[in-house]
Amino acid sequence: MKLGLFYQAWRNIAAKPLQTILSLALLSFGVGMVSLMLLTEKQVNEAFQRNIKDIDLVLGAKGSPLQLILANVYHIDAPTGNISQREAEKVLKHPYIESGIPLAYGDNHEGYRIVGTEHSYVEHYGATLAKGKLWKSPFEVTAGARVAENLGLRIGDTFFSAHGLKDQTDIHTNKTFTVVGILNSNGSVVDQLLLTPMESIWNVHLEDGEVVDAETREITAMLLKKRNPLAVLTIPNTLRETNMQVALPSIEVNRLTQRFGVGTSALRAIAILIMALSFASIFISVLDNIRTRRHELALMRTMGGTPSTLYRLLLLEGGLLSTAGTALGLAISRVGMMTLGQLVESQFHYDVAAFAILGSEWALAGATVLVGLLAAAIPARQSLRLDISRTLSEA
Amino acid sequence: MVHVEGIQFRYGKDSPKLDFPDFRCAAGEHMLLLGDSGTGKTTLLHLLCGMLRPESGVLRVADRDLCATSDRDLDVWRGSELGIVFQRSHFVQSLTVAENLALPHQLARGHVPANAIDRLSSMLDRLGIAHRANARPSELSVGEQQRASIARALLHQPKVVFADEPTSALDDRNAEAVMNILEREAASATLVVVTHDQRIKDRYSNCVTLKSADS
Repeated sequence: MKLGLFYQAWRNIAAKPLQTILSLALLSFGVGMVSLMLLTEKQVNEAFQRNIKDIDLVLGAKGSPLQLILANVYHIDAPTGNISQREAEKVLKHPYIESGIPLAYGDNHEGYRIVGTEHSYVEHYGATLAKGKLWKSPFEVTAGARVAENLGLRIGDTFFSAHGLKDQTDIHTNKTFTVVGILNSNGSVVDQLLLTPMESIWNVHLEDGEVVDAETREITAMLLKKRNPLAVLTIPNTLRETNMQVALPSIEVNRLTQRFGVGTSALRAIAILIMALSFASIFISVLDNIRTRRHELALMRTMGGTPSTLYRLLLLEGGLLSTAGTALGLAISRVGMMTLGQLVESQFHYDVAAFAILGSEWALAGATVLVGLLAAAIPARQSLRLDISRTLSEA
Repeated sequence: MVHVEGIQFRYGKDSPKLDFPDFRCAAGEHMLLLGDSGTGKTTLLHLLCGMLRPESGVLRVADRDLCATSDRDLDVWRGSELGIVFQRSHFVQSLTVAENLALPHQLARGHVPANAIDRLSSMLDRLGIAHRANARPSELSVGEQQRASIARALLHQPKVVFADEPTSALDDRNAEAVMNILEREAASATLVVVTHDQRIKDRYSNCVTLKSADS
């Protein structure tokens, strides 16, 4: 027969299901919210930082700088417009600029963007080929790993592009794209793009035989790497009289996370408040247990239980509640992350789902269990001063 | 086995001092502590169980000088050497009847030995409550609770058994039955029954009567 303290504590908790459920629900919800925020922050920050990778400036059409960054670095927003390729190349030749990668897009296939660019784009993100080759001729496509997987693309597959970034209504059936390569996944934005020569984008809207004049060629943006830090100050001045602007990804992302920061701080405060309530609930639960179970505790003292035994039993009850609440909270955050991941995946094609427990979550779990124990330890001290004779006489 | 001599006790500085008569009870002997309400029967029982400490006197129970034993040692000693049947049956409500009966073993020794489980089954069987082994204490009738309480006090084979008013809440027939069970199960132990129940006053030759301080 197993009658250890752990078993007794478990039975005592199970004997009060409503109280236990309330404590567990409060604690797991609080832990779940904090944990989900930690996970989301980490995933979003990582995704942002990973894709900024050595992009100092983004040159594009005037408009919202944040939109320019979101559209051209992360591909989660519509572009601000197009710019002249010739004008963009002038900026590229500026002595403070080391290199640039042009991007041209405006069409999609099944919701995935078809981006005209150069091989340097793939090299920039360190993507490698899983199958086939990189695009060479117009309408050849090298697919990112996620696109290929989600759309089941294989080498030699062909498709038509649709006008716009998501719509499937205006399909260009006169030009066929052919998949010539598939990239390995590396967690960057490249995973979710269909990459093709710039010419594909320019030519897709033309009739056979038509050509785009070099003077009128347009691109959507150019990702720039600076040679001199002064580029950040100088380049914007050179663009004043044009329809172009440069935006700094690091600054715009900081601005964005600061905006999110207000919301996440409020949510975190609510979650901590809920956790505080749950600790209060554990405190009250243990206190109530001591009051309602005084006779049982005194009885245990007549059967060989020492004050330390009773104290450990009550502490264990608080510890079990806080541990179970923490574990449940971490499980809830994983379910939340899975749901959020599916949402982000369907909206932006980003994989933000992650289920490994973060270092900060271990710290959260440890702190929660510790505070739960403390919430039990304070009222449990009463058991050390229990007057057995008086308690049993009062029964 | 039980030696009481010159015991005095008071609950607080302003409370009256209680004097208790001297008495002895040999190993294996059964005796009665008889007294009306207010004569300090329960106080004496709590002194004998080491739950209260006397102001002066000699108090030896189961080869232990209770006045010279630490609180912690008394806790463990109670669990291993004493069996206590309370006037009102107390149980740990979250545990089953069988688990309640095995609890003294667990608390005093840290585990429940296999032979205790065997004894538990046969004892419940003899007391006619074997079918209630897995029930909650609150599901038992008063009579069943009293029998379970006796079983719990005796399962760990204590040297001394104290029974506090074991028959006060029972009718004649059940009072007789409970006393028979108690004597039978505690046959090899020293049994001290504390009571004001006149129905059982002639049961044992060794009987000490407690008187109130003003009589």
